[in-house]
Amino acid sequence: MAAIAKDKYDRYIDSLKFALYCISHPLDGFWDLTHEKRGTYAAANTILFLTILIRILKLRYTSFIFVQVYWEDLNIFLYIASILFPLSLWVVGNWGLTTLFDGKGRLGQVYMATCYALTPYPLIQFPLMIFSNFVTVDEAEFYAMVSAISLVWAALLVIAAMGQIHEYSAGKNLLFTVATLFSMLVMIFILMIFFSMISQGVSYFISLGKEFLFRL
Amino acid sequence: MQTMKKIVKGAAAVIAGVMMLTATPLTAYAGEYGYTYNYDWWGDVQESPDFYSVCKVFTGSDLGLETNLKSPDGIFADGDKLYLCDSGNNRIIELHRSAAEKLEVVRIIDSFTGDTDVTTFSNPTDVSVAENGDFYIADQGNARVLKLDKDLNYIMEFTKPDDNTLDPSLVFQPKKLAIDTAGRVYCIATGINKGLIKYEADGTFSGFVGATKVQFNWTDYIWKKFASQAQRAKMESFVPTEYENIFMDYEGFIYATMALNEDKASKTDSAVRKLNLLGNDIIVSNGEWGLNGDLYWGSGGGYEGPSIFTDVTVMDNDIYVCLDRNRGRCFAYDDQGNIVFCFGGNGNMNGYFRRPTAIDSIGHDLYVVDALDNSITVFVPTDFGKQVYNAVEQFDLGEYEKSGQSWENVMKENGNYDLAYIGIGRALLRQKQYKEAMKYFELKYDDENYSKAYKQYRKIWVEDHIVIIVLVILALFVVPMVIGKTKKIKHEIDTADIFMNVQDGEK
Repeated sequence: MAAIAKDKYDRYIDSLKFALYCISHPLDGFWDLTHEKRGTYAAANTILFLTILIRILKLRYTSFIFVQVYWEDLNIFLYIASILFPLSLWVVGNWGLTTLFDGKGRLGQVYMATCYALTPYPLIQFPLMIFSNFVTVDEAEFYAMVSAISLVWAALLVIAAMGQIHEYSAGKNLLFTVATLFSMLVMIFILMIFFSMISQGVSYFISLGKEFLFRL
Repeated sequence: MQTMKKIVKGAAAVIAGVMMLTATPLTAYAGEYGYTYNYDWWGDVQESPDFYSVCKVFTGSDLGLETNLKSPDGIFADGDKLYLCDSGNNRIIELHRSAAEKLEVVRIIDSFTGDTDVTTFSNPTDVSVAENGDFYIADQGNARVLKLDKDLNYIMEFTKPDDNTLDPSLVFQPKKLAIDTAGRVYCIATGINKGLIKYEADGTFSGFVGATKVQFNWTDYIWKKFASQAQRAKMESFVPTEYENIFMDYEGFIYATMALNEDKASKTDSAVRKLNLLGNDIIVSNGEWGLNGDLYWGSGGGYEGPSIFTDVTVMDNDIYVCLDRNRGRCFAYDDQGNIVFCFGGNGNMNGYFRRPTAIDSIGHDLYVVDALDNSITVFVPTDFGKQVYNAVEQFDLGEYEKSGQSWENVMKENGNYDLAYIGIGRALLRQKQYKEAMKYFELKYDDENYSKAYKQYRKIWVEDHIVIIVLVILALFVVPMVIGKTKKIKHEIDTADIFMNVQDGEK
């Protein structure tokens, strides 16, 4: 029993370490991630959790020179959703599209690969957050540049990852990246219509109830 | 009778019920300012103790005038003399100020002597007095700027500039003016938007200076690119705005105010310019927001749009007070462009205005002219205001410790005052207490000053800990090297032939 737990633990640590290989060798790494089963959901969840955690920590521990927070208006759940919502839209949108056009990746694999591709964010932003407290405004450019690198790197990794797990050529991959972004917009549009319909419906019944109560 | 009562009661109950159900909590919006307030770093309104209080409101009868004031339009302070343009009565009133609450009429100027056709004024809108006592009067109705000596003898007049670019049919209507020590005249005229009209001392027109920047928005610009000639002619053209008013400060810089266009301006734009002799704008706007008065332009209380600075006055401590004729408020900014105070409003009470037109200052006292109320309101700083001025002036004199102390006192009265925190920080910074200074700057998001303090703090810290830093850096290099070396040796020993042989032998 203990041996199995140890085995699982080793596999988890290995898959987590594999994220470092993925971000430095994206094509090779993301191929092995699904095809050689080097990645685990546990590791993907960990990376996502770290990303959200660092993003929240940044609010409090980045120097005020770079991040000023209007605490009165901050809603931590909305803030967490600002990562989770686009991520889920991306995963669902990408899977929904690619599954129609010979994409080999499954929904879970798209999620796993996307999470692995986020690795540069916590990896760079955490030291950068500490570093931000030791700079003046004159050195702010450096912060902005490194911060931008972490985002661009992650974005490129996401694109590379999608290509590898779906076994797409470069051109087809780019096409589907754009298509996925578009599908995200469509989904937001539909969600908005959906919510406004629901709220209209609910308010109809509420006013009906009010009216009914008045007449009683 | 009984049934009647029942019906009334029932109706009352129903109405009460409806009101309870439909009543939404009233939320306080930007309209609900106190009398004195400030904008903080976020642009939020922060209530403040009163900075100025009304000392007295002077109407015509308070001044002992036979005919009451009629739409006064300009005021000029010179030492303890005040010159008020009583535009509606075509006269200028010279006042003597013996104390803040005491204004006496010295003389009423309604005509002058000299070799010119018209020796009276027609709608004089502004007056300036030179050091030697010469009067410069914007005689709007007579299309001239008059120069009179101190005994009211005609010296000369400045007329419509001889410039080809001006429309020949345009009637010259000088509105506001300022003079410099060399006797040059800077003038704003209605319908001329090329900048300030500048005359040499001998009366020759020497050009326009400091035209305002053209404000336009990009969508209009793009539309224009696609529009036909006829369409373009119908669209609003992008032209510089006219200045509202000018003021010559004690150093010879001209402060000029202008109205911002609501559709084209942003909250960081400035409605005040400080022009040097070349007509370049050298105003410092280091504050988080522009020098444009109220930050909320939505309609409230019947007024909307940005503040319109109709006049500006500069004190000796470089704090300048702008008068907003839209919402009837005064806005003061310091030499760094930080907001010092805002107060006032439209209304009939003392300290409120109906149509403010001009402001000037003697020392720290403010004189505000109201053209509809036909009055001059005298404001004197409260204790709180005096503390702030003390702190600012002590800092300018280099008395940093005292200035810090004054700012501490200010903060005791108003803990929401950004300037107090930054003031204490700046005083501490000058006293080389960097760590404490950083704390105050961080509280009010002053990154520039924070960086100044932090730079010094970091330098001192590095100098103090240089040994440890060198050791740590060395350790970072040495430790991995040693580990690598030992691993290598261990590996060599493990794989050495003699030991391998021994192991083999044992098998």
